[in-house]
Amino acid sequence: MTGAAADKPHLSRAHARELLHQMQRIRSFEEKCAELYTQEKIRGFLHLYIGQEAVAVGVMQALEARDGIVATYREHGHALARGLDMGRVMAEMYGKQEGSSRGRGGSMHIFDAAGRFYGGNAIVGGGLPIAVGLALAERMRASGAVCVAFFGEGAAAEGEFHESLNLAALWRLPVLFVCENNLYAMGTALRISESEPEIWRKAASYRIAAEAVDGMDVVAVEAAARRAVHSLREGEGPFFIECRTYRFRAHSMFDAQLYRQKAEVEEWKKRCPIRMFGDWAVAAGLLHPDEIEAIGREVEAEVATAVRFAEAGTWEPVADLRRDVMTPGEAS
Amino acid sequence: MSGTATYRDAVRAGIRDALIRDPRCFLMGEDVGRYGGCYAVSKGLLDEFGPERIRDTPLSESGFVGAGIGAALGGMRPIVEVMTVNFSLLCLDQILNNAATIRHMSGGQFSIPVVIRMASGAGRQLAAQHSHSLEVWYAHIPGIRVLAPATLEDAQGMLWTAIVDPDPVVIFENVMLYNMTGSLPAEVRPVDIDKAAIRRAGTDLSIVTYGGSLWKCMAAAAALAEAGIDAEVIDLRTLRPLDDETIMASVRRTRRALLVDEGWRSGSLAAEIMARIVEQCFWSLDAPLARVCSEEVPIPYPKHLEDAALPQVSAIVEAARRIMGAR
Ligand SMILES: Cc1ncc(C[n+]2csc(CCOP(=O)(O)OP(=O)(O)O)c2C)c(N)n1
Repeated sequence: MTGAAADKPHLSRAHARELLHQMQRIRSFEEKCAELYTQEKIRGFLHLYIGQEAVAVGVMQALEARDGIVATYREHGHALARGLDMGRVMAEMYGKQEGSSRGRGGSMHIFDAAGRFYGGNAIVGGGLPIAVGLALAERMRASGAVCVAFFGEGAAAEGEFHESLNLAALWRLPVLFVCENNLYAMGTALRISESEPEIWRKAASYRIAAEAVDGMDVVAVEAAARRAVHSLREGEGPFFIECRTYRFRAHSMFDAQLYRQKAEVEEWKKRCPIRMFGDWAVAAGLLHPDEIEAIGREVEAEVATAVRFAEAGTWEPVADLRRDVMTPGEAS
Repeated sequence: MSGTATYRDAVRAGIRDALIRDPRCFLMGEDVGRYGGCYAVSKGLLDEFGPERIRDTPLSESGFVGAGIGAALGGMRPIVEVMTVNFSLLCLDQILNNAATIRHMSGGQFSIPVVIRMASGAGRQLAAQHSHSLEVWYAHIPGIRVLAPATLEDAQGMLWTAIVDPDPVVIFENVMLYNMTGSLPAEVRPVDIDKAAIRRAGTDLSIVTYGGSLWKCMAAAAALAEAGIDAEVIDLRTLRPLDDETIMASVRRTRRALLVDEGWRSGSLAAEIMARIVEQCFWSLDAPLARVCSEEVPIPYPKHLEDAALPQVSAIVEAARRIMGAR
């Protein structure tokens, strides 16, 4: 698609099915991960994306294979929506060498060169300057590709956020900043951490085109992302989208959630992006309830296959401990 | 508090005591209040002391550590919590270029009585960005004091000593120690921060270590004892300035030394101590010095590889045996 047609989501039956399918893949994958965590198959930190699926899925619709992506430690959804094989992502969660990062990274560090997926970064704000640099490379190579940085609203307090916005705006780089505002940075509520809680306004102050969208509405996210990417490809400089969303689960598996009321969580769950979109698509005659059930079955099967793949995976020999610290071979 | 407690309780008791004793003390950092601290150290303190003195900060390490330095300059006694050493890299500039230099640059006009606490170390399968042991980076800096409490008593008592110290103090709490249990004295007692401690007396070799590695060395010493090797274990406690006197006196007695340090081998604290032993006790040595450090690789996620990357009891025992064999 080019020009104006690229700006709008084209809600065909196939596309509606695709959106629902992608969101459900992420949801089911992560529900399985939570279960596997209690079985100690997955260790370390595990940050679930449950509740926020519409953001990754919506934004990915606007991207092409040549575009780069930078994400955070809460990146399983982005990796799956980008098209990484679920089995390799699950094997990474296990730490098996068949994993997307050969098991070295785990849940927080999914990488994939073929998908131009530049990682799960576990330092809050740490991915933003990298995204600016990737976009700088695209610009200097005149590739026409763009780069997307996903991050939480907590990152907006870091210096790296501000430095990155300024650089991207100053040099008019093709970076799409996607702030996933889920209202909490671990246990710190947005209202007690930002003097200006409307995050998109910060971007506007750097003269970056910025808007806030309902992050629970996958179509709204996709529409905003399409407008943004169109503008990036036109060379209009960076774009900033604040997606208002909510994480339904704890920050990580160690969090007792003393900082928020159960009623608040329940209220947000009523706006579950998957159920809302499914109901809407059925009401609009785009999807039949049978089809929704079929999606559920397909996804269950894919998750089961992914778990089998991870289970069958192998542990890297200890003798290889020191590999991949430096690049072998000749200088290029 | 007495009876069974955890290392986490000990740190909390130290903070509580400081807040009660000195109205100039306050705690600030990410999630120290409503969340109760990322390692649950400050749980309950917000209810007891209120949000003025238990201050949740945004994710702005450079900003709030710098503000802690400023508040200390302005007459307060801040305790600043940086969640982990991994994120302290974002405020290293404030610590190195401000906290450590202002006294000197001002010709001695100003002191910075700030205490900066942070968790450190690997072992929880948190992968490369969350598993650093960078104590030596801080121990490299003149102008600050660096502590690594390895026992409950030190975790509790060092804090007050750090607060009354007129200069910046950085305290490292090893993540693997928070659940360690023991007993705490009913009353918080300040402990000295000038001396290393001999945690196990022995005559055959000196094992010098600190922080989380202390307990691995104690286990290794117990295993060595069964093999008839009597190891002395020294807990450095203070990483800057180093207590050369205790280290050298021990090495002169045992004539052999093994350094154990979770930092990467090159440029490790172990390397510094080895250099000092060579400078000060070369003629007393009966065997080459040895060290057990982390492998030079970012810490990998899978358990078997993480274990292989870090100093382990078996490697410590093996290194000690080698030294003893090289008589
Ligand atoms: C520089 C840095 N400081 C602190 C942390 C610890 N930490 C990990 S996630 C997190 C909360 C981040 O919140 P937000 O950016 O809103 O993203 P979310 O977790 O909600 O997706 C914190 C404080 C970190 N990883 N990096």
